[in-house]
Amino acid sequence: MTQEDNESAAAIRVENLTKTFVLHVQGGARLPVFADLSLEVAAGECVALYGPSGSGKSTLLRSLYANYKPGRGHVWVRHAGDSGGGWIDMAGAPPHRVLEVRRRTVGYVSQFLRVIPRVPARDIVAEPLHALGVPLADARARAEALLGRLNIPAAMWDLAPATFSGGEQQRVNIARGFAVDYPVLLLDEPTASLDAGNRAVVVDLIHEAKARGAAVVGIFHDDEVREAVAERVFDLSKERGAA
Amino acid sequence: METPSPLLRVRNLTQAFGPLLACADISFELHSGEVLGVVGESGSGKTTLLNCLSARLTPTNGIVEYDLRGRGLTDIYALSEPERRLLLRTDWGVVMQNPRDGLRMNVSAGGNVGERLMAVGARHYGAIRREAEDWLAKVELDLGRMDDKPKHFSGGMQQRLQIARNLVTKPRLVFMDEPTGGLDVSVQARLLDLLRGLVRELRLSAIIVTHDLAVARLLADRLMVMKDGKVVETGLTDQVLDDPHHPYTQLLVSSVLQV
Repeated sequence: MTQEDNESAAAIRVENLTKTFVLHVQGGARLPVFADLSLEVAAGECVALYGPSGSGKSTLLRSLYANYKPGRGHVWVRHAGDSGGGWIDMAGAPPHRVLEVRRRTVGYVSQFLRVIPRVPARDIVAEPLHALGVPLADARARAEALLGRLNIPAAMWDLAPATFSGGEQQRVNIARGFAVDYPVLLLDEPTASLDAGNRAVVVDLIHEAKARGAAVVGIFHDDEVREAVAERVFDLSKERGAA
Repeated sequence: METPSPLLRVRNLTQAFGPLLACADISFELHSGEVLGVVGESGSGKTTLLNCLSARLTPTNGIVEYDLRGRGLTDIYALSEPERRLLLRTDWGVVMQNPRDGLRMNVSAGGNVGERLMAVGARHYGAIRREAEDWLAKVELDLGRMDDKPKHFSGGMQQRLQIARNLVTKPRLVFMDEPTGGLDVSVQARLLDLLRGLVRELRLSAIIVTHDLAVARLLADRLMVMKDGKVVETGLTDQVLDDPHHPYTQLLVSSVLQV
C-alpha cells in the first residue's frame, strides 16, 4: 500500500495526544490521564476503546470531539465541508471551524441526553439534520423513522423527553446521533441501559454506518456488542504514560 | 469561508471608571451567525463591556469595529451620532435586562414593534400592523393584547415584547444583557426556547451577557469568562463548561448546584 492509499483510508488520526487535568479548586492536584497517545481509524472501521473505569476512555472520546482540550498533540479529522475539505486538527482549530466539523463530519452520542425544556423528541432528533439545510419536513421524517426503529412509540414523539425513562432518553439520544450520516461517529456507551432488542437495533445502526464508510470510535461495556461491531480494540490501560 | 472577515472586531478595549478598570485590554472577534456568551459574577465588567460594544459607552481605550453594510469594518465610535443611532435602530438590537429600559411603557405593544419598523422607513399602516402581529405571534404574545400598553404586562410578556421589538427589523447583531434575569424558571424556559429557535431560524449573531451558566450552555456557541474586568478564559461553550482550565472558571463551574 502506498503512502497515498494509506492517507485516503484514514478518517481520523490522533497524534501524540496528552491530557492532564489540573484541579485548581483542589490545591492544584494534577491528574495525568494519557500521554503521547496515537491512534488511527479508517473509514468503515470501528475501534473500541477498552480499559478499566478511570483509564481515560471517555476523556479520549471527548478529546476527539474537542469537548475536552488536550494539553499537547493533535486530533486530525478528514473534513468534507462546504468551505472545502481537508484535514482539520480538532485540538487546535478555531471554535467556528470546530463547530463546522461537528455539524458535518463528526457525530457524538453522549452517555446521557441533554434535555432541552419544551423541545419534543422528534425535533431533538431532526435538529442536526435541519441545521445542515435539510428541509424540516424531511428531517422530521428521518427522525420518525429512527425513533420508530428504536421502539419509541409514536405517541411520545411530540413530547419533550424530560419525563422519559433513562432508556428512552438514551434511545432519543442515539436517534439524534444517527440522524446525520457523519463520516466519523463517536459513541459513549450507546447501549448501557438498553434491553436486548434495542441493543440489537443499535448494533444494526452501527453496522449500517460502517457499511456507508463511517469511522466509528466507541466505548462498549457490553462484550457481546463490542465483539459484534468492533474490528479492533484500543487498550487505554497501556497509555497512561509519563504525563 | 476559510478566513471570513469578522462581523465585529474588538481590539484592546479598556474602560476605566477612575482608578477602577471595568474592562481591561479585551480583544476578540465575532463571526457572522455566531452566538457569544459572556459569563462571570456581578461586578466582573460584563455589562460595561456590552455597553461599550453596542455603541452606548465610549471606551477609555481601544477600538470596536463593525462590518457596516457596504462599508466593511468601521470604527463605531468614529461614526457620527445620527449614523450610530441608525445602526442601533436597524442593523442591531439591544435587549436590556429590564424591559422597562428597552420598551416604551406608554405605547401599545403593537406600537412598540411598529415604531422600529417606521424607523427604517416603513410607512404603510396596514403593512406595519401585519408585521407587528406576525412578530407578536412569533414571541407567543396573545394578539388580543396588541393594543394594550406593556406597563400592564407581566415581566415575561414584557421581555418577549422587547425581543419582538428588537428583531422586527431583522438585525444582524443582537446584544442581550441577562435576557432571562428576574423571571420565574418556567417563564425562563419558554423565553430560552423562543430565543434559541429565533437565533437559529434567523441566523442571528448575538452577544449574550449572563451569569447563568445553563443559559449560556443553551444559547451560546462560544464563551468568554470575565473576572475583575479581564477575560480569563475563552473557548467553545461545552469546552469551557466541561473542561475549564482557569482556576476562576473551575470555581464558577463547580459552584453550580446540580438539579
